[in-house]
Amino acid sequence: MSTSLSGPGSAQQTPGREPVRSGLPRKSRTARNHAPITATGLIVKVILLGLVAGIATWAAFPLIEAKEWLGLGVLAVTTAALLYLYLTRRHIPAKYLVPGTLFLVAFQVIPVLYTASTAFTNFGDGHRGTKDDAIVAIQTSSVKQVPGSTEYALSVATKGDPATGPLVFLLSDPKTKQVYAGDADGLRQLDAGQVTASSLTGRITAAEGYTVLNIGQASVRSKDVTSLIVPTEGGAIRSTGLSRAYEGKAARAYEAGCDCIRDGESGRTWAADEKTGSFVAADGERLTQGWKVNVGLKNFTRVLTDPNISGPFFGTLAWNFAFAIGSTGLTFLLGMAIALALHSPRMRGTNLYRVLLILPYAMPSFAMLLVWRDMFNTDFGLINNLFGLNVDWFGEAWSARIAVLLVQLWLGYPYMFLVATGALQAIPRELTEATSVDGATPWQSFKAVTLPLLLVAISPLLIASFAYNFNNVNAILFTTDGGPFPADNPRNGATDLLITYTYRLAFGAQGAEFGLAATVSIFIFAIVAIVSAISFSRTRKQEEVYA
Amino acid sequence: MRIRTTGVVAVLGLALAASGCGNGSSSSDKPAAQNSATPAAAGGKLVIWADDKRTAALKPFAEEFGKENGVKVEVQAVSKDLQTNFVTASQQGSGPDVVVGAHDWIGNLVQNGAIDPVQLAAEQKSGFNETAIKAVTFNGQLYGVPYATENVALIRNTELAPQAPKTIEELVATGKQLKAQKKASEILCLQSGQNGDAYHIYPLYTSGGGYLFGTSANGDYDPKDLGVGKPESIAAFQKIAKLGEKGEGALKRSITPENSISTFTSKKCAFLVSGPWAIADAKKANISYDISPVPGFAGGKEAQPFVGVQAFYVAAKGKNKALAQEFVSNYVTKPELAVALYKAEPRPPALTAAFDQVKGEDADLAKFAEAGKNGQVLPAIPAMAAIWDPFGKAEAAVIGGADPAKTVTSAGKAIQGQIK
Repeated sequence: MSTSLSGPGSAQQTPGREPVRSGLPRKSRTARNHAPITATGLIVKVILLGLVAGIATWAAFPLIEAKEWLGLGVLAVTTAALLYLYLTRRHIPAKYLVPGTLFLVAFQVIPVLYTASTAFTNFGDGHRGTKDDAIVAIQTSSVKQVPGSTEYALSVATKGDPATGPLVFLLSDPKTKQVYAGDADGLRQLDAGQVTASSLTGRITAAEGYTVLNIGQASVRSKDVTSLIVPTEGGAIRSTGLSRAYEGKAARAYEAGCDCIRDGESGRTWAADEKTGSFVAADGERLTQGWKVNVGLKNFTRVLTDPNISGPFFGTLAWNFAFAIGSTGLTFLLGMAIALALHSPRMRGTNLYRVLLILPYAMPSFAMLLVWRDMFNTDFGLINNLFGLNVDWFGEAWSARIAVLLVQLWLGYPYMFLVATGALQAIPRELTEATSVDGATPWQSFKAVTLPLLLVAISPLLIASFAYNFNNVNAILFTTDGGPFPADNPRNGATDLLITYTYRLAFGAQGAEFGLAATVSIFIFAIVAIVSAISFSRTRKQEEVYA
Repeated sequence: MRIRTTGVVAVLGLALAASGCGNGSSSSDKPAAQNSATPAAAGGKLVIWADDKRTAALKPFAEEFGKENGVKVEVQAVSKDLQTNFVTASQQGSGPDVVVGAHDWIGNLVQNGAIDPVQLAAEQKSGFNETAIKAVTFNGQLYGVPYATENVALIRNTELAPQAPKTIEELVATGKQLKAQKKASEILCLQSGQNGDAYHIYPLYTSGGGYLFGTSANGDYDPKDLGVGKPESIAAFQKIAKLGEKGEGALKRSITPENSISTFTSKKCAFLVSGPWAIADAKKANISYDISPVPGFAGGKEAQPFVGVQAFYVAAKGKNKALAQEFVSNYVTKPELAVALYKAEPRPPALTAAFDQVKGEDADLAKFAEAGKNGQVLPAIPAMAAIWDPFGKAEAAVIGGADPAKTVTSAGKAIQGQIK
């Protein structure tokens, strides 16, 4: 791809060389777009387009199987557009832009849209599937064995081909030794002389006129076996596995007339409530199996009005800012200080120091967070033991906050050290030398020359680091888990970030509430986006001043 | 540009390779299905999901089941978040046929329509430990086939404490004496951490008179009758507070799930409240230990630990439900499998026959079972999920010296707010 694509680009920039490479004289404006075709370029193009076609074909089969016609349509149009785009010689800019755009859509736009759409639903535990799923689940889970009914030994048989013939249950009553054949039409007794049964299990092993399937054969037809229900007077005989059957009855059934679930035994009904996606009885009792519905702005109003959520919101937000700014600022200060020290020409053995200093960066932060958590333990932790302290680090609000920031500092400074080192090397030494010639002190020269130039280079990274730390779940979850918690509020702790707080709200209750989680993440997204936008516009001004 | 191109080529290449593999396996499935007339190659496929340890123990038995019946059995290890992954995968229709997990998942699995009830014959049911059957029964239906039970007990270092304490006060006295003699640095290793641990403190909570949920007429836990925040629970936490950091110092937040067992095995404390999973470590450290029930408060109620049960479930949206039911209800109920699973991880088998078989060679087992005899089944109702976090935090706050009445009342409110 690079070869064929770099053709037109270089041709435009250095038109003089083009005739030499292509061997074609330039005649018109359109001819300029005709890139030279090289062998490698062609091969790469063929392979890549072949891959696209191959992936499309591979992805098409499951879509057809699942009858996802919309998805299939999107796939076909995208593939056709890609093939057209790279097989014509036109649309040069699109050739560059389309792959990136496709990946942007696939990995950024769709997840964001999906999250946003989830925020308007009640998607979560107990509300995952459709209403039909919920009805099936309610009915199957209400099937109970008819009291005092017979447990049959079951053999699955057929009158036709084992793989396709209609199935029959051959049942034997282990007590009376009577044998039956059952299918969707009902149960009929068989003559004991017609069958041979295993003396050990009582299961029928052969019967006249039937082919008995072994477990392997029967398992292939699992769906037919589970859906075969033999009606009886008291209920219906169903298989449980492939060697036993029981007489069971579904206590609850859906009635389309009243759009409700009725319990046959107690006569109780639960009416469908499309607003909450559950079946609710007159007294407010809810069946646990619900379905996913659109709840409009309910999640948003809940975040804003529920005192449990909005109450501690601002306190958490303030600490969240302090944490993100503190993590970024402290790591930057320490990283830059070390970088400056090692940048000094009088410093010896800088390479060794540099290797040692980036060690924390080389260790997996997951593991290090857990190690740090144990080091802060009051009685057994290294920190208290080493310094002879008796600080309840994670037990008091401020010590826990300090501890978390210390851990962040240790984990984060090598990164800042690395980027500051890089940026410092890009600042010409002549500039600082010029200031010292003018009689400036090292501090003045740092303040007036080095730092501003450093910030121009590093500001975008600081903003990125801020945005990352603003949502740094691991740093909190693996150390304090949001704690310490005030005795009267187990929901919101002193070191909770908005994201860990959300996590507890959305997943700590009665099962996961993805809808609510998506809503809060939209709020967090808005906050981070606003902060980043403001910072970037300020950075741009700064660049204009110093550039 | 060059890097990006390479990246794209690599990604596409991998995708093609993946698609190639996918095609390969699906094309090999089809002939197998068509050849079902010949018994050797016949058969459907059974997919089982379990965690790492159990996968290893299950594999030989699953293979045997496959060979016996001419079916293909795949045991897949899901090492993290098995429950969530199972629920999500079943919703997508890509889940397994059978899943192995703790019984307190049942409430959530049922509300998501992820598992089906299991029908066991009366004589099969009677082969199990009664508590285990009670644990897997939810809304009057049996939802899984149990294979092991577990509960905490008091494990003590017999060199330091030869006698099993009858009450918690006796335990504290012994522990304090050992501490004064510099033979131990802690009185009791009962894990709490900064955010508490409801599971391990529960025996003391019940001994103090507290309860989590009342029971409804049919014996199920009733989420409407929440015991946390009631006067009984406050009284229980007042007793727990006396053992805390501002009291006797027997309960401490610095004893965490990570260091509790290791502190015991390094002989820094004579008493450990833990389950069968701690035994392997104690043996490795060559500790001479004994196991007894967790003692209650003097003059208090019985200390009842939670009893948890590990069980096999039939996935509601599995591709081969009939085979899954066959495996779970007729094969898992055999003692041989229970014994093998016990050998992979020593938890008391739920099948009485299997328990009797291993009891002889492992005295600890009977002692753990004895300690769990009066235990309470861990509630499987979805509301239980709302208990853990606030309850644990209330425990940690009380141990740290917070006012029990205020703390427990607000924990009760927090829990109530989460229960629908």
